[in-house]
Amino acid sequence: MIPLSWYLIFAAGLFSLGLFGVLARRNAVAILLGVELMLNAVNINLAAFWRYGNVADMTGQVFAIIVFAVAAAEVAVGLALVISVYRSRNTVVADEIDMLKW
Amino acid sequence: MYTPTMLLAILPEILLLTLGVILLVVEPFWKAENRRNAGWLTFGGLLAVLFISLLLARPADSQTVFGGMLRYDWYGFFFKMMFLFAAAATSLFMMDHEKLGRRGESYLLLLASTLGMCLMASSADLVMLYLAIETTSIPLYVLSGFMLDDKASTEAGFKYLLYGAVTSAILLYGFSLLFGFTGTTNLDTLGNALAAGPNMSGLVFGVILLLLVGLGFKISAVPFHFWAPDVYQGAPTPVAGFLSTASKAAGFAVLLRLFFAAFPGYASWTSVLAVVATLTMTIGNLLALPQTNLKRLLAYSSIAHAGYALIGVVAFSELGRASVVFYLLAYIATNLLAFGAVMAFSRVTGTDDIKDFSGLSRRSPWLGLAMLAAFLSLAGMPPFGGFVGKVIVFAAAVDKGLYALAIIGILNSIIAVYYYLNVLKFVYLYRMEGENEETHPIPLTRPYAIALVVLALGVVLLGTLFGPWFNWSNLAALNLF
Repeated sequence: MIPLSWYLIFAAGLFSLGLFGVLARRNAVAILLGVELMLNAVNINLAAFWRYGNVADMTGQVFAIIVFAVAAAEVAVGLALVISVYRSRNTVVADEIDMLKW
Repeated sequence: MYTPTMLLAILPEILLLTLGVILLVVEPFWKAENRRNAGWLTFGGLLAVLFISLLLARPADSQTVFGGMLRYDWYGFFFKMMFLFAAAATSLFMMDHEKLGRRGESYLLLLASTLGMCLMASSADLVMLYLAIETTSIPLYVLSGFMLDDKASTEAGFKYLLYGAVTSAILLYGFSLLFGFTGTTNLDTLGNALAAGPNMSGLVFGVILLLLVGLGFKISAVPFHFWAPDVYQGAPTPVAGFLSTASKAAGFAVLLRLFFAAFPGYASWTSVLAVVATLTMTIGNLLALPQTNLKRLLAYSSIAHAGYALIGVVAFSELGRASVVFYLLAYIATNLLAFGAVMAFSRVTGTDDIKDFSGLSRRSPWLGLAMLAAFLSLAGMPPFGGFVGKVIVFAAAVDKGLYALAIIGILNSIIAVYYYLNVLKFVYLYRMEGENEETHPIPLTRPYAIALVVLALGVVLLGTLFGPWFNWSNLAALNLF
């Protein structure tokens, strides 16, 4: 069986990739995609910890299901807000959405 | 295994949900010109929820319900009452807002996020905690960007969502690691498992940092504060007031419960928090100094206030906990009053630049007085609530020998007095340029008048008769876990 640490390293890599995407990408949709990667990393963590821990206890799986349900809600609101920004100023590039500063 | 206490434990939440459904059903049948009544319905409903909960749902002794998902205790109950109060005041402020007041959805979103906050304060399980945090945040993202034809508002909602989504993902990663280390998501067993298990201080320290990112965003602590000024300025002002008070208090409620329950044996987090508190106070206050927009000034001031409250968390004692709860109570009343006064002013004049407040005391003496109470309380002057809150927080720090932190806090309060009094200088000393103030009155509508009077009385009451309030805070802090 594949050792637990492989899953954890994979999840950590995915999480870092998502975080990098969030920090480096300028397009709002791409930033939201980065957040999704981070949440997927969390789900891999949860599923792996559940499988290698007490399998009879379903907490890990339930947690993962709740995470992706909430992530869907969050991304729905996120895209709606992106659209509302796009309608008012014709761009979804985060750098250009800079009316409010200082 | 149904027991009646299960219902009592979530009575405020059930009533909030019922109120929301009633609002949704009734509101479409009203004529457009009567839609503002949705605000009265929300306000009355929230007061009813508050009183019914106070009468029926007071917890006798702490217990966990719903299979360890929620805790039914004074700590959660006290915070719930604070959130309901803040939401009631906010619903009054929303009524005469041009864009929010006649829309049933805005009140519904307010109720939904209050529901989430109530669950945040009482959740005792990581799964429940995450769900509650998101239930609070998602309606607030929508509310911040509610004014679709206003560029600043959509931008505020967008920024709030991006920061919120990223930090909550980081928080969640911390939760998943905690679950992995201990095999449980229950806060109590989690703390015991961490204490009993092998020493993993390095890993646990990393997890604590991840959790601090998520909660630091909620309470707008430095270095996760960047969203706050932008969102407060762009969001509809009643929403900004709600964000800076109830949402922040909910973040503190989680911070206290999570850290005291899960990491009592890992004291290293207090030193991290001490640094965060110092930075938060100092940077918040220094950046507030050059502000010319009053909403932005209040945003930086609310960052600084998160820093003062963090001092009580760092003290890591019973007094520290009680001081944070009391501080938040005083802060909620004070900051809602400040935002309410700004709203009442900018609704009529359409501006919230500090220089436009010149001559306010002559244009509307009562509004000037409300601003005086709010800003002196924020500055920490007796006889207002902010003074007592600060004294108790600093006392908690001194009690634990954290002299440096207390001194930094006091120095910061002195810096803060400058910019608070600067605002009052415009309100009381300066006159409108070449105009007679008598001809430019600022009429207060009834909802604003009610809210401002109640909040001003509350601020004075918290500063003079603070005994019972402090006892309740103490009771809440004793029953933390």
